[in-house]
Amino acid sequence: MKWMAVGTASIAGLSLLSSCDSDKREAFFQDQFKELDENELKAVLERLERGYKKEYNADIEVNATAPMDHVLFGYGLDLSKCIGCRRCVYACVEENNQSRNPEVHWIKVLEMEKDKGADLLHSDVYYNPEQVPEEGHFYMPVQCQQCKNAPCVKVCPVEATWTEPDGIVVVDYDWCLGCRNCMSACPYGARKFNWASPEIPQEEINIHTEYLGNRPRAKGVVEKCTFCIQRVRQGLYPACVEICPVGSRKFGNLLDEQSEIRTIMKNKRVFILKEELNTQPKFYYFYGT
Amino acid sequence: MNMHLKEFIIGSIKLLFQGSKAYWAWVSTLLILIAIGIVSYYGQAANGLITTSMRDQVSWGFYIGNFTFMVGIAAAAIMLVIPAYIYNWKPIKEIVILGELLAISAIVMCLLFILVDMGHPERFWHMIPGIGKLRLGQSILAWDSLALTFYLILNFIIVSHILFRAFRIKDYSRKYVIPLILLSVPAGIAIHTITAFLYNGIAARPFWNSAILAPKFLASAFCSGPAIMIILFQVLRKTTKLQIENRAIWTLAELMAYTMFFNLFLTGAEIFKEVYSNTEHRVFTEYLYFGIEGHNKIVPFGWLAIIFDVIAFVLFLVPKTRKNFITLNIGAVLIYLGVYIEKGIGLIIPGFTPDVLGEIYEYFPSTTEILVTVGIFSTGFLIYTLMLKVAVPIILGEFNYKKAQ
Amino acid sequence: MPVQLNRGIILVSLVLLEITACNPFIQANQDDHISSPQHRDSVADSTKLIPVETFSSDYFPCSDCHSEIPLNPQRRELVEMHDDIVFDHDSENRWCLACHNESNRDSLVLAGGKLLGFNESYKLCGQCHGPKIRDWKLGIHGKRTGQWNGQKQYLLCVHCHDPHSPKFKKLQPMPPPRRPEDIKIDSIYEREEKDSTSP
Repeated sequence: MKWMAVGTASIAGLSLLSSCDSDKREAFFQDQFKELDENELKAVLERLERGYKKEYNADIEVNATAPMDHVLFGYGLDLSKCIGCRRCVYACVEENNQSRNPEVHWIKVLEMEKDKGADLLHSDVYYNPEQVPEEGHFYMPVQCQQCKNAPCVKVCPVEATWTEPDGIVVVDYDWCLGCRNCMSACPYGARKFNWASPEIPQEEINIHTEYLGNRPRAKGVVEKCTFCIQRVRQGLYPACVEICPVGSRKFGNLLDEQSEIRTIMKNKRVFILKEELNTQPKFYYFYGT
Repeated sequence: MNMHLKEFIIGSIKLLFQGSKAYWAWVSTLLILIAIGIVSYYGQAANGLITTSMRDQVSWGFYIGNFTFMVGIAAAAIMLVIPAYIYNWKPIKEIVILGELLAISAIVMCLLFILVDMGHPERFWHMIPGIGKLRLGQSILAWDSLALTFYLILNFIIVSHILFRAFRIKDYSRKYVIPLILLSVPAGIAIHTITAFLYNGIAARPFWNSAILAPKFLASAFCSGPAIMIILFQVLRKTTKLQIENRAIWTLAELMAYTMFFNLFLTGAEIFKEVYSNTEHRVFTEYLYFGIEGHNKIVPFGWLAIIFDVIAFVLFLVPKTRKNFITLNIGAVLIYLGVYIEKGIGLIIPGFTPDVLGEIYEYFPSTTEILVTVGIFSTGFLIYTLMLKVAVPIILGEFNYKKAQ
Repeated sequence: MPVQLNRGIILVSLVLLEITACNPFIQANQDDHISSPQHRDSVADSTKLIPVETFSSDYFPCSDCHSEIPLNPQRRELVEMHDDIVFDHDSENRWCLACHNESNRDSLVLAGGKLLGFNESYKLCGQCHGPKIRDWKLGIHGKRTGQWNGQKQYLLCVHCHDPHSPKFKKLQPMPPPRRPEDIKIDSIYEREEKDSTSP
């Protein structure tokens, strides 16, 4: 292998091996999530919980819930209703233990002009009027589209990100190199990077976490919306769906013909962003009225 | 073979410590710059990549731009290889080694640029096939890491073999070397094509998603790599007993002129497409050359690259200016700088500005990034210097097993 | 009940309070099951109306006062009571008695004369707002909380839309994201001086 890299790694490895902290050693050599067998996974989750207890002084539980069978999650967003209040953005931040400083938002709300229609190039994410909605404007929130043909999954050199059977594109934060190839490949700007160590206020930590979801991350790894994997795999709605005061967010199982999202797709005119890129998102925009 | 290996190694180390005042001044300067780079990197490693200017909107920057440029330099070594070994063209033959040593230094620099750009460089082992999980299925970056490693090892084997044989006052084995060299030609083309595909294949960035990116990379690599060689040969001619014919240098310059023409042609083709089709995708090219809505930090660089390229092209094309060493050297510097800007700032930043949701964040390298880059360049120069310190005496026949005893 | 559900309901209630802060309206609800035979959702049986706080026990049952007050069907500006209600819901063509049953104010009344409890007020809205009520029954219109594959909580129209003055008031937006140029290493140093839990 590249000799300097081997040299660096050997030094790093040796120094780690020589350190008495077996947790740190195990963390360094931890395999990718999908390669872990049952026992290894249990050990990993326990080690993580130990580590989080030390770091955050909170009893954070880390689960690795399996996906449900016959489920493919889909999301609907009613553009006729969104008023751009950004409550979804901050509900997500709290639910998913995102860093407050430096700030990480998984959801971006774009303000657009009604008579120009959906035009990303001329949208504004920093709108800050006294009140919303502003006259003549409408609002389009954008988050991870959980693409079926995800370009981020395609380009990751080490398979630190992949699509789960229930359709959620996940990141293994302990396997991610931080090369950010996925970030350049995502056409929706959905992936965020931890440019510094995340900061979460003690009193706002959400202690119910998933390994592949909202557990606290370290600096130098990529993260993104997971449709609140820790909630939806328990049958609950994502936090953004629950908090939206005007009911513009819809969620359900695309494989269930009776679900809300399938009903929307059947009765309303759904569209997806940048469809010419053939990413096949599971995030459908529509105009309810 | 092993009987002279110990003498070779000890002799080489001794050579490294023998040098003129100029040599020591050069090496000391490089070591100081490397130290500065390491200190800056330490700040980055401790605090995270927030010490760079990269943010979510522009997630790749100076480091990756330098990486791309250095891959081109590494690939350019084969430009010397083809006439030298294949056609046994004497004027270039001895000096091809110097080109291959440059390729090795360049690849090491590429590796360093990637490592400093990663959020978790210690996790690079995840990319080792068998030990980690290298996704060769669809990830171009995975293929790039293999290709670069292969090219490094290949060049290292070729050069070590030739030099060690020369140390033992034996001719290199054509049986082994020629096939390897034949292999290094597609390998060199491959590394830069794959690096181009890294950008080319990303549909989310229309500025990069253009089929001519791979040929453009090759053209700009072939005209910028030899620029270093041209200057280096003149330096070596003066400081050592190495004989390098003018003819070799002038031929190189002529080849560079033609590849620069192709590079300019492809640039022109790109600009035509943006201006004539006039879709929203022209906004990236607009940002590079004219700025958008008052954001125009890199506009001077966009134009400088073109101006440097054109001037260098003319200087190398016209025999009179090509053969005049003053204009030749000016041309070499200009071509190097022009392509450096084109492949660094001129490639990465417009790809991200505006970002995929239309936002404009003006990226410009931070102090950390510049200092670390200086450190890495110094590392590359140092490695090259040290290798030359051993290689040139071997080529001249001054350093061999007889004299080492 | 899982913590998330609790939080969800707390969030929803907080939001509702926020929206309704300036829009007092009446609802009465003792019965909290919705029966919607047209509803093709597979979880129709497990849908549940959110039990609503009555506006104030001062008002319901309305018959406490109105059984004694003589009926005056003349359209007019109210001055003695209910003068705080701003009526702006097709006011050109309708007024209170278009929806509130004349003879017994404890009921609402449909256009055809059929009486309705306040817990079924959506049927009244649906008379005019056909597409909306169809969408609402399918879950496309309006907010649902709970479980995407199980029990859901629906809201009545009047939970969000003040029937007297239905146009939504604007909200103050939450803060915009920080600009990338404002995310700096200095802010990291600052926070390290404070007592924080970041590793």
